[in-house]
Amino acid sequence: MIGIVSYGTYIPRFRIRVDEIARIWNEDANAIKQSLGIFEKSVPDVDEDTATMAVEASREALARAKIDPKKIGAIFVGSESHPYAVKPTATIVGEALGVGNYYFCADLEFACKAATAGIQICHAMVKSGMIDYGLAIGSDVAQAKPGDALEYAAGAGAVAILIGKDPIAVIEATVSYTSDTPDFWRRDLQPYPSHGGRFTGSPAYFRHIVNAVRKLMEDHGYTAKDFDYAVFHQPNAKFPQRVASMLGFSEEKIAEGLLVRVIGNTYSASSLMGLCSILDKAKPGQRILLASFGSGAGSDAFAIYVTEKILDFPRNAQVWEKAKNGVYIDYGLYLKNRRMIR
Amino acid sequence: MVPRFWRKIKYRYDVVASYCENCGNYYYPQREICPKCRRKGKIKDAKICDEGRVLSYTILDGKCIALVELENGTKMLTEVCGKVEIGSKVRKAFRRYGEESEDGIIYYGTKFVPIESDKKQKA
Amino acid sequence: MRKVAIVGVGSTEFGELWDKSFRSIFLSAGLSALEDVGIGGKEIEAIYVGNMSGGKFIDQEHIAALIADHSGLAEFGIPAVRVENADASGGSAFRQAYMAVASGIHDIVIAAGIEKVTDANDPMEVLSTAIDQEWERFIGADLPAIYAIIARLHMHRFGTKEEDMAMVAVKNHRNAVHNPRAQFRKEISVEDVMGSPYVAEPLKVLDCAPLSDGASAVILASEEVAKKLCDDPVYIDACTQASDYFSIQNRRDILTFDAVVRASRKAYKIAGIEPKDVDVAEIHDSFTITEILAYEDLGFAKKGEGANLIREGETEIGGKIPVNTSGGLKACGHAVGATGIRQIVDLVLQLRCEAGKRQVNAEKALALNIGGSGATAVVTILSR
Repeated sequence: MIGIVSYGTYIPRFRIRVDEIARIWNEDANAIKQSLGIFEKSVPDVDEDTATMAVEASREALARAKIDPKKIGAIFVGSESHPYAVKPTATIVGEALGVGNYYFCADLEFACKAATAGIQICHAMVKSGMIDYGLAIGSDVAQAKPGDALEYAAGAGAVAILIGKDPIAVIEATVSYTSDTPDFWRRDLQPYPSHGGRFTGSPAYFRHIVNAVRKLMEDHGYTAKDFDYAVFHQPNAKFPQRVASMLGFSEEKIAEGLLVRVIGNTYSASSLMGLCSILDKAKPGQRILLASFGSGAGSDAFAIYVTEKILDFPRNAQVWEKAKNGVYIDYGLYLKNRRMIR
Repeated sequence: MVPRFWRKIKYRYDVVASYCENCGNYYYPQREICPKCRRKGKIKDAKICDEGRVLSYTILDGKCIALVELENGTKMLTEVCGKVEIGSKVRKAFRRYGEESEDGIIYYGTKFVPIESDKKQKA
Repeated sequence: MRKVAIVGVGSTEFGELWDKSFRSIFLSAGLSALEDVGIGGKEIEAIYVGNMSGGKFIDQEHIAALIADHSGLAEFGIPAVRVENADASGGSAFRQAYMAVASGIHDIVIAAGIEKVTDANDPMEVLSTAIDQEWERFIGADLPAIYAIIARLHMHRFGTKEEDMAMVAVKNHRNAVHNPRAQFRKEISVEDVMGSPYVAEPLKVLDCAPLSDGASAVILASEEVAKKLCDDPVYIDACTQASDYFSIQNRRDILTFDAVVRASRKAYKIAGIEPKDVDVAEIHDSFTITEILAYEDLGFAKKGEGANLIREGETEIGGKIPVNTSGGLKACGHAVGATGIRQIVDLVLQLRCEAGKRQVNAEKALALNIGGSGATAVVTILSR
């Protein structure tokens, strides 16, 4: 049995309200909240970035797992906001955790699904016997051009998933659906991403997630009824709600993992943050559907089965506690913290 | 500055002190000989616990620079992110300290943050 | 060991000497010291120069030889050496000169200190190289921050007030009014200090000594030579130095400068006096808290009670033990590597009764020169 042996999350302390951003751009805050289902988003401190948040989430995962860091055989950090264009984030994490020097390591980039790809790689490596434990991290300080619609959603956060044997949640099956679909991108040397507007919807987000999840169900004989919870990538609150209903999942099954309302879209960490909030509550015998989405585009779908081991697993502080415990800042401090003004 | 920063990465990314196996004293920052035992001393790296208390602090250019008392009598000069007072409990956090230049390397290191539960108890 | 005396002193004014170069301020201090003793200069057997950072301030190292040359002493080929101990460089150079004469190696030498800070873009950044670059400066602390951390704990533990620290600056400014070489010859009030902006909480702009250009020089001679050269030599009863853990992280108590305690106790013992026998003192007040700490560590007050001396006026001119009658680093100016020598110059003037309106009645004088955040301390006791 291979799966999640531990998890850790990090949500930075600051929040900015949709109303505050809308105030700057003379937009109708209520209309935005209505259409996106987002009320506020997380903002890092001025000295935080993808690497620092990745370390914080990983430290929580390791502390909960109570394993010697030297047993970690692989580290993959998925992000689209790596602090360096060339030079890995994952080595910074490895050094800060004290994993030693003999470990497989790389940064991954696949928009918002790089970290679930990391989970698949770690899963395969544990299964093949190459490693005992692998750490897959999703961490992002999401970039958004001031004034762009993305600015209301682009949040910050990190999730670290430790993959190994004897898990608290077994990865029963995983399927990926991938195609070359340019719905959202950032060209080299450009500071902010560009996107295809409504093109990000049905040809991108919905097509990829629906196809990945349907294939997972077909291949492994699941129906929506077999899952107690479902969690999807959350660029806003509307998309996951719609894809859930397309796939036959009720509102209740996705409610627990819908963090986007209060922390925004944490990109590589987004669907995993939802998964962790579900694991905070989950009971042995429950099954979770996880489907990430990465622009460009692809979706990784997973069937995850919670084991008895979760009963002895330390689950504080819970994701929702961290999400709700924010300090509100204004747009000026937001620009400073994001290092857009120096 | 790259080699000078790189050489101490282990001691910057985490709180690693020196422990003398001969006399049992701890020293932070890391040092190569024990000042008490001198040549009889046996210095080893020792990870220090993640929490401490603010012994004293100053606010410099809007940043809080504090002397934090850790375990085993060690003290660490560090930046604290957030509001503290003398005696406040703090825990370590991995943060950026700066950068060599806009196109240079980024200096990461250990800072401290107030422990929220401690603040709540006081309030 | 033989007795050593000071036979001549000289100093430039301290301050922003925009029109004067490193070379010219050195020359001016050296020549006035020679003039004071009435010799031409070729009698000098060796040069000891205190200088913190020629390299950082003016991009010039190897300054002792440069100074020997521009003083016209290259002709005689005498040895010249620079001594560096941050802002205790002057005191440390003085001690090297003292030991050279006391040991009998030289009969007459010059000890000088010099710093030219205003040619540098960021002098405070240079001064902060006196603290640990890897474990203090790296995390964003500078020298004022270290003293501010000390000051806050002193306030917390002993009830010292920001107003007490302000009174140190007020006293030193008042003293400087009558010092023709002082940088700030202007009185300030406690309200002025309290109203000045924070540099590093709780230390404010007017709690901090300025960084100044300046040079000072003293000529030391064996007792035998001194008696031939002048009628009123000032004797060096003791000149001691001690070190402490470099960083406050490693001090047993950050409110005690053990280097000051050790150097002063040893000096008192050698000189055969007690703290209460000191009639006048020049104390390294790089920050106002530094002077209060020094009252305690020199034994003028009990630990924690330093602020009482300033509250009760004991260290004013006319008080029990006048401190910094020159104006101290705060008001006379802090020309870093020159400060330790400048302190000796001012004490010699007091012992010779040449201090004008600042004159106090003194037999025994004490100088304390501190490097950085207290890792070096030099204590000198002089008598007439």
